[in-house]
Amino acid sequence: MSNPKYLLFPGCVIPYRLSSYEISARKVLAKLGVEIVEMPEYNCCGYPMDVINHDLMLTLAARNICIAEKVGLPIMALCNGCFCSLNETNKVLKEDRKLREKINGYLKEVGMEFKGTTDVKHLIYVLSEDVGFEKIKNAVTKPLTGLRVAQHSGCHVLRPRKYVGRDDPENPATLKELIRLTGAECLDYMNETECCGNPIIGVNEDVPFSMAREKLNNVRNVGAQALITVCPFCHIMFDLNQPRIERAFNEKFNLPVLHYPQLLGLAMGLSPEELALNELRVKPTELLNQIVKV
Amino acid sequence: MSKTKSEAQEYAPPVIKAEELDPKFKYKMSKMHGAEKIMACFQCGTCTADCPIARFSEFYRPRRIARMVQLGLKDRLLLDRALWLCSSCFTCVDHCPQGVEIAGIVRVLRNMAVEDKNILPLVYKELATNLMKSGFVYEIPESRLQKRVEQGLPPLPKPNVKDVMKIFEVTGSARLIEKVQTIAKVESK
Repeated sequence: MSNPKYLLFPGCVIPYRLSSYEISARKVLAKLGVEIVEMPEYNCCGYPMDVINHDLMLTLAARNICIAEKVGLPIMALCNGCFCSLNETNKVLKEDRKLREKINGYLKEVGMEFKGTTDVKHLIYVLSEDVGFEKIKNAVTKPLTGLRVAQHSGCHVLRPRKYVGRDDPENPATLKELIRLTGAECLDYMNETECCGNPIIGVNEDVPFSMAREKLNNVRNVGAQALITVCPFCHIMFDLNQPRIERAFNEKFNLPVLHYPQLLGLAMGLSPEELALNELRVKPTELLNQIVKV
Repeated sequence: MSKTKSEAQEYAPPVIKAEELDPKFKYKMSKMHGAEKIMACFQCGTCTADCPIARFSEFYRPRRIARMVQLGLKDRLLLDRALWLCSSCFTCVDHCPQGVEIAGIVRVLRNMAVEDKNILPLVYKELATNLMKSGFVYEIPESRLQKRVEQGLPPLPKPNVKDVMKIFEVTGSARLIEKVQTIAKVESK
């Protein structure tokens, strides 16, 4: 079987402030034999513009999909938000002829046409469906035995069910299974599927901070040593904003938040430097000491 | 404290005047992509019960939004700052026993608030402005682009800003963004 080949869609926020996610993802994917092609002339996925004008979101997303159709490859998104808009757009434009004609009317102005010939996947589904659990298991050379972590899949990699439809949004299993392959234990906790709150942080900080605080508490209460994310926005909420949340509520969490490919990379024998673990706001010092001892 | 109280009253007005109601509003909404099932809402409250925002906000209530649409309280809805608190986590969409896409309805209402009332939280205007200028919603500084390469990442592909601007124009979005009055922050209490 030939190796999976994808156009990588890094989006905006990852190159802007979370290159640690992109670095670790590329390293891990290369080791697993996933071929990455750079996406030419891509623009914002459109997601943040949905509040202003739905047609604008659809057209911006569709323009990216048209590029992928032209190259003849599927798109891999690292960000849940990018996956949400690109995947939804791809599905609705394939199914809804009237809407497709309308959006194609706009795309014509930039010399493009949506044809519906490609696919959009999030990193975790590339890993679970294309690479497969067996191959990942075989690539783990340094199992993280004894490490106890929790996962936060985030919303848009699961919901809405009618557009994603790959995992059970009420009881998601994909990321948990991917974590267990590293040898680490994946702990259950209360309200696992709840939103991180980040999408509204530009409008209101109190609600997202309260949501993230509750999640950090729930994760800490089951004894997790780290939280594992697969979305830059969730990661920013729990890692970058963790000191601010600690100050706002006068509580201490000191909970490292790792991008999933960083965790997998450690289990595949990559070094913390190679995986840009030093870029995390909450330093995973204890966790790394424990891994070294094992 | 008194300010909080008056705001709460604003969101739960004791009297609805008949002339405020637009009886055709729900039909208009039900033709919009994402809001098609609004008439099927029977006010069970699952959306509000399961909404993570509603747990931490004193007035964001998705069920109330659905009811206000059915009643045709268009102006009141479009001026309601609660609209901007939905985090589009889609829990309400997945849980609604009637298949009503509440988050989709909120999105349609937000689009209408921009178009009809010229209202938009500042953050989205900033993101849109960056996008029209650079192709990304954040203006990525040159130093960051260089650091990427130093870190062993391939250079970031250059977006086609001309195409992006054209899309803003032909969808009417450039005009919308130009005329909006921005609101800074929305209180949750």
